[in-house]
Amino acid sequence: MIGQRTHKIVQTAPTMVFLAVFMIAPLVLMAYVSVLERGAFGGVAWGKLTGVAYEKLLMEHDLLGNLVFNGDYISIFARSFELAAITSALTLAVGLPTALYMTTLAPRRATMMLFLVTLPFWTNLLVRNFAWILILRNGGQLDRFLQGTGLTRGPLDILYTPVATGIGLTYSFLPFMILPVYVALQRIDPRLIEAAFDLGADRLRVLTRVVIPLAAPGIAAGVVLVFVPCLGAYVSPELLGGGKSLMIGNLIEAQFGASRNWPFGAALALVLVGVLLLSLALLSRLQRRTRRTP
Amino acid sequence: MTAAIGISAVRKTFPGAEHPALAGVSLDIAENEFFTLLGPSGCGKTTLLRIIAGFETPDAGELRLGGVAMGTTPPNKRSVNTVFQSYALFPHMSVAANIAFALEMLGRPRDAIRARVAEVMRLLRLEGLGDRRPNQLSGGQQQRVALGRALASAPKVLLLDEPLSALDLKLRRDMQIELKRLQAETGITFVFVTHDQEEALTMSNRIAVMRGGAVMQVGGPAEIYDRPADLFVADFIGEANLMPAVLVDRKGPQGRFRLTGSDALVVANDAGTIGVGEPAMLMVRPERIGLGPLNAAPCDVGVIALRVDALAYSGSDLMLHGALADGTRLRARLSGAAAGDAAVGDTVELIVPPDAVRVYRP
Ligand SMILES: Nc1ncnc2c1ncn2[C@@H]1O[C@H](COP(=O)(O)OP(=O)(O)OP(=O)(O)O)[C@@H](O)[C@H]1O
Ligand SMILES: [Mg+2]
Repeated sequence: MIGQRTHKIVQTAPTMVFLAVFMIAPLVLMAYVSVLERGAFGGVAWGKLTGVAYEKLLMEHDLLGNLVFNGDYISIFARSFELAAITSALTLAVGLPTALYMTTLAPRRATMMLFLVTLPFWTNLLVRNFAWILILRNGGQLDRFLQGTGLTRGPLDILYTPVATGIGLTYSFLPFMILPVYVALQRIDPRLIEAAFDLGADRLRVLTRVVIPLAAPGIAAGVVLVFVPCLGAYVSPELLGGGKSLMIGNLIEAQFGASRNWPFGAALALVLVGVLLLSLALLSRLQRRTRRTP
Repeated sequence: MTAAIGISAVRKTFPGAEHPALAGVSLDIAENEFFTLLGPSGCGKTTLLRIIAGFETPDAGELRLGGVAMGTTPPNKRSVNTVFQSYALFPHMSVAANIAFALEMLGRPRDAIRARVAEVMRLLRLEGLGDRRPNQLSGGQQQRVALGRALASAPKVLLLDEPLSALDLKLRRDMQIELKRLQAETGITFVFVTHDQEEALTMSNRIAVMRGGAVMQVGGPAEIYDRPADLFVADFIGEANLMPAVLVDRKGPQGRFRLTGSDALVVANDAGTIGVGEPAMLMVRPERIGLGPLNAAPCDVGVIALRVDALAYSGSDLMLHGALADGTRLRARLSGAAAGDAAVGDTVELIVPPDAVRVYRP
C-alpha cells in the first residue's frame, strides 16, 4: 500500500515540480504584484500593499476626484470574449469539414494533409500576420481577386477592423481545432457509421446523430484550445485590427510596456485566469449533464 | 412467388486482391426463410452479406430484393438490416435510443416509436434495461440489443454476420433457440452467417456451403449432411470417414469397392459414374457404422476389420478410432454401446450399410 503510494509520488514528481516552478510560482508572484503599489518609474514598490489595481478595474477618479464607475475595462473583457467565441465558432465551422474530409483520405495523403495543417507553425506568428496585411489591405490580393471576378466594385476596407482580426485569429488558431477534431473522428469505429447507414440514416443524420456526438470530446478540446489562447491574443488585434479596439491581451501587454502599471497588468491577468477557470468548470459540468441524459 | 433475395452470378474482386472474394455466386432465398451461409474463413460470406446490405457493389451480376434490382441503391434505402458481429451499438445512446434509431430515421411519430421500442424490448427480454448504456450490459444483453435494434423497423430481410461467435457456449445455445423463435414470430427472412457447421444444421431451413468465393451446395440440413455434393462439403459438414477405394464390380447403380487401405470390400447403393477398375473416394459418417460380428449373410454389406487404437466413451455413445493398413484413419460412433464392448488393441469388425456410403471421384 505504502509502496504503491511512494511509487505514485515518484512517478508524478517531475510533473509536479514542473507545474510548481513554471505555473504556480509565477501565479503567486503575479498575485503578489497585483496588490502592490506601482513604482514611480515602472516596476513595483516592493512591500507596499494596496488594492488600487483591482479598484481600477471597475472605478476611476473623475475630474473632481470622485470615485465613479467605469465600464471601459469590462467592455474590453466582453469584446475579447465575444471575439474568442466568434473565432472558436469560425474555426469549428472550417475545421470540422476539413477534419471530416481528412478522415476520408488514404493514410499517406492524410499524413500529408496533417503536415500541411501544421505547416504555418514553421513561420513566425508576426510574419504570418504581416502576410495577412498584404492580402487584406485595400488593393491587396483579396481586393484584386474580388474586383477581378467582378464580385465587388470598390475596395473592401476590412483591414484594421474587427473582421480582419477575426480572419487573422481564425487562421492562426485553425490547426488547434483541426487536430483534436481529426483525432476524435479517427477514433470513431467505422462500423458504427455503417450501422447508422444500415438502419436508414442518410448522410446528414449519420453526421448529426452519430459522428458529431461521438467526436464531441475532440470538438470540446478544440474549442478550449482555441478559445483560451484567443482571449489573450494580441498580435492579430494589434496588426490586423490596427490596435484600435483593445483586447485583453493588448491591454495587459500595455500595462507591462507603455503604461508601466505592473500591478494593474497583473490584476487583469489574474482576473482573466479566474474567469477562464470558472467558464471551463461550467463547461465541463454542462458536458457531464448532457452526457447523463439520453 | 418472387424470392426475397435473388442473387445471380455475382462477382466481386477487391482492388489489389489476387483471388476474387466472390467468383460468380447465384442464390435464391425465399421469403420467411432461415437461410445460412456456411464456409471456412475467407470464403466470402461477409462479402456476400455486405453486397446484400449495400455496403459493396458487385463487379458483375445482379442482386434483387423482393424482385427489384438494387443496382447502387445505398444501404439506408434498402429494407435490409444487419446484426454486426461486433454488435456496433451506438455507445453514446441508451438501449432504448439504440432500438428507436431506425424508427426515428423512418420518421415515425413519437408515440408509435415508444410503443414499438417497448414491444421489441419485451420480445427480446430487455425490460428494465432501456436507460442503460451499451457498455453497462453483458455480452448476451448487448447481443439482444443489437438484434432488437435491427428488428425494430421490421425490415424484410435481416442479415446476421456470426452474431453468436462472441458468446460462451451456454449463452450461444440459448440465443440459437431465441433466434429461431424470433424468426418464426416475425416472419422476417434471416440470412445467417456462421462457420460453425453444427449451428448451421440445427438452425437453418436451408444452407449454402461456400468455399473460395463459390457456392458448393445449397440444400436443407439433412440433404447437406446425408448427400454432400462433393468431398469438400462432406469433410466440412459433420465428421466424415474418407476411404480411398477401387470399384470391383457393379450391379446397376450398386457398386462393390475394395478399400486401398485393406482388403475389405464395401458396398455402395449408388456408385455414381465410377467405372469398374476406377479409383474412388468413399465417405461414411461415423454414426452410420455398426459393430460386428455380422449375423446375416455378408455378401451385400461392407465389413471392415479395424484395430482400435483409441476409445472415447461419452455415456450416450462410444467412439472408436483406428487406422487401416495404409494409415487411413477411421472413426465409428457406436450409440448405445457399452464401455466394455471394445478395448484398445482389439480388432473389431465394423459394418458399413450400403445406403450410408457416398462415392466421389478422388
Ligand atoms: N475490404 C477488403 N479489401 C480487400 N480484400 C478483402 C476485403 N474484404 C474482404 N477481403 C478478402 O475477400 C475474401 C473474402 O472475405 P470475407 O470477409 O467475405 O470472408 P468471410 O467468409 O466472411 O470470412 P470470415 O469467416 O473469416 O469472416 C478474403 O480473402 C478477404 O481477405
Ligand atoms: Mg466474415
